Amino acid sequence: MNSIILHTATRILTSLILMFSIYILYRGHNEPGGGFIGGLIAASGIILYSVSFGSSWARHGLRTSGLSIAGAGLFFAALSGLLSAIHGLPFLTGLWYIPKLGIEAKVALSTPLLFDIGVYLVVVGALSTIALELEEARD
Amino acid sequence: MMSSAVISGFVLGALAPWLTRRLGAYVHWLLALLPAALFAYFAQFLPTIAAGNTVRVASEWVPGLDVTLSFYLDGLSLIFALLITGIGTFIVLYTGGYLHGHHHLGRFFLYLLSFMGSMLGLVLADNVITLFVFWELTSITSFLLIGFNHTEAKSRRAAMQALVVTGGGGLALLAGLLIMAAVTGTTELSEILGSPEVLTSSALYVPMTILVLLGAFSKSAQFPLHFWLPNAMEAPTPVSAYLHSSTMVKAGVYLLARLSPGLGGTELWFYALVVFGAVTMLVGGILAMRQSDLKLVLAYTTVAGLGILTMLIGLGGDYAFKAMALFLITHAFYKGGLFMVAGAIDHGTGTRDATRLGGLARPMPATFAAAVLLGLSMAGIIPFVGFIAKEVMYEATLHVGATGVVLVTVAAVFGNAFNVVAAGIVGLRPFLSSHKSTPHHPHEAPVSMLVGPVLLAALGLFCGVAFPLTAEFVAAPVMASLNGLPVGDQAAELYLWHGIKPPLILSLATLALGALGFVFWPQMRAGIAAILRAIGWGPDHGYDQTITGLERLAYAVTRVQQTGYLRHYLMATFLVAAAFILGTLIWVGGLPTDFRSPTLLLPEVIALALLIGGAIVATIVFSRVAAVAAVSVVGYAVALLFLIFSAPDLAFTQFMVETLTVVILVLVLMRVPLEVSALRTRAGRLRDGLIAIAVGTAVSLVLLTTTQGPLDLRLSEFFIENSVPVAHGHNIVNVILVDFRALDTLGEIFVVTVAGLSCFGLLRLTLSRRKAARASIQPAQRTDSGDMPGGEA
Repeated sequence: MNSIILHTATRILTSLILMFSIYILYRGHNEPGGGFIGGLIAASGIILYSVSFGSSWARHGLRTSGLSIAGAGLFFAALSGLLSAIHGLPFLTGLWYIPKLGIEAKVALSTPLLFDIGVYLVVVGALSTIALELEEARD
Repeated sequence: MMSSAVISGFVLGALAPWLTRRLGAYVHWLLALLPAALFAYFAQFLPTIAAGNTVRVASEWVPGLDVTLSFYLDGLSLIFALLITGIGTFIVLYTGGYLHGHHHLGRFFLYLLSFMGSMLGLVLADNVITLFVFWELTSITSFLLIGFNHTEAKSRRAAMQALVVTGGGGLALLAGLLIMAAVTGTTELSEILGSPEVLTSSALYVPMTILVLLGAFSKSAQFPLHFWLPNAMEAPTPVSAYLHSSTMVKAGVYLLARLSPGLGGTELWFYALVVFGAVTMLVGGILAMRQSDLKLVLAYTTVAGLGILTMLIGLGGDYAFKAMALFLITHAFYKGGLFMVAGAIDHGTGTRDATRLGGLARPMPATFAAAVLLGLSMAGIIPFVGFIAKEVMYEATLHVGATGVVLVTVAAVFGNAFNVVAAGIVGLRPFLSSHKSTPHHPHEAPVSMLVGPVLLAALGLFCGVAFPLTAEFVAAPVMASLNGLPVGDQAAELYLWHGIKPPLILSLATLALGALGFVFWPQMRAGIAAILRAIGWGPDHGYDQTITGLERLAYAVTRVQQTGYLRHYLMATFLVAAAFILGTLIWVGGLPTDFRSPTLLLPEVIALALLIGGAIVATIVFSRVAAVAAVSVVGYAVALLFLIFSAPDLAFTQFMVETLTVVILVLVLMRVPLEVSALRTRAGRLRDGLIAIAVGTAVSLVLLTTTQGPLDLRLSEFFIENSVPVAHGHNIVNVILVDFRALDTLGEIFVVTVAGLSCFGLLRLTLSRRKAARASIQPAQRTDSGDMPGGEA
C-alpha cells in the first residue's frame, strides 16, 4: 500500500513487534506469554511489513523461506525432547541447567525453553508462509 | 544382543548406498559379511536348542500397551534364522554378480538388507505386536524389492498386487493376534501358546483362527490367493531366490507352525490346512507344468511347496512335523539354489525360456554341476535330504486316521511327481538336450553367482548323508516347537534306508510318474494351456476386477461425501455435533435443571453485549468483509471474557488469533472471485439459521449441565502444586504446554507446519497451473474421466 504514514509507522512498529514477541516468548514460563503467543505476535509483525511494503520485501527481510523456519522449529522441539535420552530419561523430560553468572545474575537454560523456541519458530514460519503465499496468489 | 542382530540389517542397509558408491564393484563381498556373521551368531545356539532349551530376551518398548521388544529362540525360529542369514549371505554375493554395475545397486542392497532384518525380526518375535510390526515390514520391503524395476508397468503392478494381498492379510492377522492376546491376557506368544486349552475352548476360537489363517494364507500364497507370487517374478532374480527359499513366502508357513501348538489339534485347523494345502499343492504343480520360463516353473512349484508345508502342519503328529521340518530345509536349499541357477542361465544366455535352451553343460560346467545336484534333491533321489523328506512325508500321509488316507496320499504322490518334472525342466533340460542357439553366446557365470548354488547343492547332499545330525539339530528341535513339547529321540530318528516298505514304493511310483511327465512335458504343457484357455478366468484376473470395482466404489462414495463445497462440510460437521450432544443429553438424562440467573458485573455485561451484537451483525450484513469483522468482534468479546475471568494467557492468544484470522481471511477474500451465486437464497438462510440455533442450543445446554455440578479441581490442583517444584515455572498454562503435556504440543506444531506446507503447495500449484494455462495458446481441457481413478478401465 502506498501510504507514507503506513510506511513510516511500519518501519518502527515491525522492529518493536519483533522485539516484543521475543520478550513475550522468554517471559512465558513465569508470566503470561510463551512460544505460541510470541510466534503469533511476530507473524503479525511480518504480515504488517508485507502488507505495507509488498511480499517480496518481506521475503527479503526474512532471509529464508517460512517453511524452513517452521522446519527448524520442529527440529528444535524434537531435539529438546531427545536430549533427555542422553540421561536415559523418557522423551521430552525437562532438563535444567542454571549457570551462575555473577552474584545476582543467573540464566536458566532448559529443554522446555528450547521447546518453546521451537514452537515460536513453527508458528512464525507457518503463518508467514500462509500469509505471504496468499498475498502473492493475487493473479 | 539379539535385538542388535535384528536391527543390524536395517543399519547396514542404510549405509549400503554410500558404501556402494565408495567401494563400487566389490561391495557385495563386504556386505555379505553381515549375514555371514549373523549366521555364525545364530549357529552357536544350535547345541543349546538341540538340548531342548529355549532362549528369550526382552526389552521394554511400549510398556503402557504391554508391547515388549521380545525375541524368542527355539527350534523353529532358529532354523528360520539360520536359513534367512545363511541364504541371505549367498544372495548378497549373488546380487553383486547379477546386478553388476547397475546404477541402483546400492538402493537394492538397502532393500535387501532391510528385508533380511524384517524377516529375522518376524521369526524371532515373541510379542504379538512386535511380530505384526515385522510382518508388515516384510510386506513393505518386499514391495520395494518386487517393484525394483519401477520403470516397468508390470513390475509396479506385481509389487502393488503383492502389497495389497499380503498387506490385506496382515490386517486380518492383526485382528486375530489381538483376539488371541485378549483371550489369554498376555501379548507374549510363548505364554499364549503355553495355554492351548484356553484358546481352543474360547468362544472366539473360530473367528480368531480364521483371521490368523487369512493372514498366513495370503502371505504363503495358498490357493486362491496364490496369484501374486508368480507375478512377483518381475523382481530381479536374487529377490526371487530369497523370497522363495527362506523368507517372505515362508512367513505364513512359519506362523502356522508357530501357532500350531496353540490353535492346532482341532477339526477346523485340520481341515482348513489339509484341504487348502493339498489343493494349493496340486494347483501349483499343474500350473508349473504349463510354464516354460524357468523362473515361473520354479515360482509355481514354490506355490506347490508351500501347499505341502501347510498340509503337513495341518496333518499334525510326529511324522507330519518331522516331514515339515525336513521339507522346509530341503525346499529352501534347492529352491534358493535353482533360482540362482535360473538367473545364471539367464545371465549367461540372455533367455530363461526352457524351450529355447539346450546343450549348456559344456559352456557352463559349474552351473550344470550345481543344477544337477539341486535337481536331484528336488526330485527326492537317494541320498539327498529331499529323499528323506519325501519318505517321511509319505509316512505321515499314511498315518492320517481312517478318513482320507487314500485321498491325501494320492495327492501327495502327484504333488511330488510334479516336483520331479520341474526338477527335470530346470536342472537337466537346459543342459542336456540338443544344443540350441541363444541370444547371447553362452558363458559361465562369475564366481559370486556360483558360490550360492554350489554350496546349497552340497548342503542338500550333506544333510541327507549325515542324517543323524539332521535329525538331532533340525528335525527334533522343530518338532518340539510344533508340538509344544520336548520330543523323544525315537520320534525324531531318520533313516536313509529302512527296507522295502510302503513309503519306498510310493517314492518309486512318484519317480516313475515324474519321469513319464518329464518325457511327455511338451504335450502336457499344451494340454494344460488349452484347458486354462477354455476356463479363461483366474484369480489374477479376478484381482484386477476386484481392484477396478473398489476404485469405482471409492469414486462413487467420494462423489457423495466430497462435494467440494465448504458449506456442505460445515453443515455436516455442525449437524452431527448438535445431534450427538443433544442426543446424548436426552439419552443419559443430563438436561440442566437449575436455571438461576447469575449476577453480572458491568465489564461482563459489556463483553456479552459485544458478543451478541457481533453475532447479530454477522448474520445480517451482505458484505463478506463486514461479516468477517463482525465475527472477529465476537472473538474479541470472548477474549475479553477470558481477561475478566483472569485467564490472561488465553485472552492474549485469543486476541492475536482473532487479529491474524481477520488479516488472513481478508487476504483470502481479496483473491476469491465473488459470484452472485455465492449469496444464499431465502430457503438457504432459513436452513442455516436452524442449524445455528440447533448448535447454539446444544452447546448452551451442555454448558449449563456442566456448570451445575461441582467443578472437579483435581487436575488444576495437581498442576498448581507441581508446576514450580517440578517444572520450575510460575505460569501454569505455559508449563502445561511445554513440559507436562509437551508431546501434545509437539503434535500440534506438527499440524501447524503441515498446514503451512499444504497452503504453500495448494497456492503454488494453482499459480503454476494458471501460468501454464496462460502460456499455452489453447488452454488444456480438463477432462473428468482423467481425474477418476481407474476411469480408463
